[in-house]
Amino acid sequence: MAQVTLRRVSKSYDQHVQAVKGIDLEIADEEFVVLVGPSGCGKTTTLRMIAGLEEITGGEITIAGEVVNDVPPRDRDIAMVFQNYALYPHMTVFDNMAFGLKLRKFAKDEIRRRVDEAARILDIGELLARKPKALSGGQRQRVAMGRAIVRHPKVFLFDEPLSNLDAKLRVQMRTEIKKVHQTVRTTTVYVTHDQVEAMTLADRVVVMNRGVIEQVGPPQELYHSPATRFVAGFIGSPAMNFIPCRIQGRGNELTLRLADNLSFPLPPDRTQRYGANTDREMLLGLRPEHLTELKDQAKPNVVRLDSRLDVTEPMGMEILVHFRINGTAVCGRVDPSVRAMAGEILPMSADLNHMHLIDPETDRVI
Amino acid sequence: MADGTTTVSAPALRGFAPPARRSSLRRFAQRRSTTAVLMCLPLICLIAGLVVYPFFYSIWLSLLNRAMTRFIALFNYRYLLRSDTFQLVIFQSCFFAITAVFFKALIGFILAHVMHNISGKDQKLWRGVLLVPWVIPPALSTLGWWWMISGDYSAINWLLEQVGMHPVAWLASTWWARIWVVAVNVWYGTPFFMIMYLATLKSVPDQLYEAAAIDGATWLQKIRYISLPMLRNIISITVLFSLIVTFANFDIVENLTAGAPANTTHVFATYAFQLGIQSGNIPLGAAVSLFIFPILAIFSVFILRGVGRRAQEGI
Ligand SMILES: Nc1ncnc2c1ncn2[C@@H]1O[C@H](COP(=O)(O)OP(=O)(O)O)[C@@H](O)[C@H]1O
Ligand SMILES: [Mg+2]
Repeated sequence: MAQVTLRRVSKSYDQHVQAVKGIDLEIADEEFVVLVGPSGCGKTTTLRMIAGLEEITGGEITIAGEVVNDVPPRDRDIAMVFQNYALYPHMTVFDNMAFGLKLRKFAKDEIRRRVDEAARILDIGELLARKPKALSGGQRQRVAMGRAIVRHPKVFLFDEPLSNLDAKLRVQMRTEIKKVHQTVRTTTVYVTHDQVEAMTLADRVVVMNRGVIEQVGPPQELYHSPATRFVAGFIGSPAMNFIPCRIQGRGNELTLRLADNLSFPLPPDRTQRYGANTDREMLLGLRPEHLTELKDQAKPNVVRLDSRLDVTEPMGMEILVHFRINGTAVCGRVDPSVRAMAGEILPMSADLNHMHLIDPETDRVI
Repeated sequence: MADGTTTVSAPALRGFAPPARRSSLRRFAQRRSTTAVLMCLPLICLIAGLVVYPFFYSIWLSLLNRAMTRFIALFNYRYLLRSDTFQLVIFQSCFFAITAVFFKALIGFILAHVMHNISGKDQKLWRGVLLVPWVIPPALSTLGWWWMISGDYSAINWLLEQVGMHPVAWLASTWWARIWVVAVNVWYGTPFFMIMYLATLKSVPDQLYEAAAIDGATWLQKIRYISLPMLRNIISITVLFSLIVTFANFDIVENLTAGAPANTTHVFATYAFQLGIQSGNIPLGAAVSLFIFPILAIFSVFILRGVGRRAQEGI
């Protein structure tokens, strides 16, 4: 039940290392926001500043309208789930979950009621008497979440909570976390380096890179209209292809030129946007899912692009094909029914309706 | 002779030993457990010579008369238990050991936390400084303390006079002398506790404290609910070891007070020394020192039982 705002928040460690370089972020009440970015980009630092575990070098953080820069963690009314869970090894599961309530002097039966409720939501009722050592990874994860839930805090903070689980359990717990949020509806800030986790969980995703925010938006928006080259390359798997190109022509008759003998007419709805960037070295951004086998019916702005395949990777539901466009390695996704063989030429198509044009000087998407 | 060893019976070997016997000897020597026992043998001999033999010998000694000519069974023990001085020695030994170990553990615990919160380079420096009392041989440092507290012209009395107070004859008063013995012992032994607790504190994940901070713990609650439980085993073990060493301590009492005034600071070791060596009643001295053993055995059983249980639970 709280908004969180960050205003020009920055953090430096011993003068030299600037981990977070002045970020602005508004998180609405009940919102699930995911901070995502490569390792070392400052996600954990940001989260720990919100928690109060790390001093803020510059800027201001508010929780529920109150500036908390100098408020110690215990008075911020937040709960955090750590990457390695940080369960108290000498306490039972029940005591682990009850600890925060005991310190806050809740009545015994209220503590019991809340722990039982959280145990029911997380399905860990039978584990309450055990010590953390006797739990599996997934069970520890649940207990760590239970410890956060029982407190009914203003904000939940998660720091890569699933990264210590195996792949299957990770997917399962991901759903679980989403379900819990739909039940308790607490404002949540969730940190991960895994873009799939970010996309599936978030109401809004915050993409960070080298201590700054690259883009904030709902998952679909980040996928369909990335603002920068970094976001375009980070969101989506396999990553977006970047191919050197040039825009040529004038007025409404622009062409996209990839090589001397390889150019296509630009979709008419893009000519307005790209008109100012003709005759410069640019980058074409095209996701693998928009480089597919040639379909029977022609669609507007889907162009033919026959390619000799270097490598094919059958994935079951699709085949990833690797080939070159004018020397640049690119990846496409074709239907498993297509006979794609390395070394052979496959008739392919590129869907220019989904193209992105990137200015290599500013790395911004135009 | 059916195990194939007869085939090795080359004429050259025959002069030494029957071939079958020889090879089974070799097999015996090659077994790993045999090797292990052989490699441990020097240590076993050392322990037998330096621990087991003196222990049983002192038990035997304590059962003899003063001239060591006659077996008098438990007479020495009966005599001791009825002696007022020895009852005082039992009380003093327990008092010294328990108070000294308590304060060593308490101050060590506090210092370890202070150290733990000092960062990097400074911590190394302070750690080094605080270890100094522990590396000076206690006989020497006790002498230093003796200089500071004994007599009218001692440093501490001088300080008292500077602030307008009367000098105190520290080592001539029963309780002051006892307190000083404990104090010097604490001064000497605290660094060991500090370093043990500091090492253990470093192995406690910071995130436990962070989780506790978020759960609403104050610093005192973090110590009570995180540090203490996480350090319980090392506390038990250090307290046990220190109890043993402090109980058997000789140098500090001997150099500071030598049991004075009027035997009111004697402990087992110094009293045994006085009776056995200085007064020439070796059997009685041996009986005194053997009293330490059952007392420590009881302590050990209680403390180690808890350690084993917690180790099994993986804390
Ligand atoms: N305690 C610290 N002292 C010095 N530098 C740190 C410290 N913690 C993090 N950093 C640096 O700050 C940057 C951001 O770290 P972090 O927030 O942990 O990244 P992320 O969680 O996104 O992987 C990294 O370059 C890291 O090396
Ligand atoms: Mg991190």
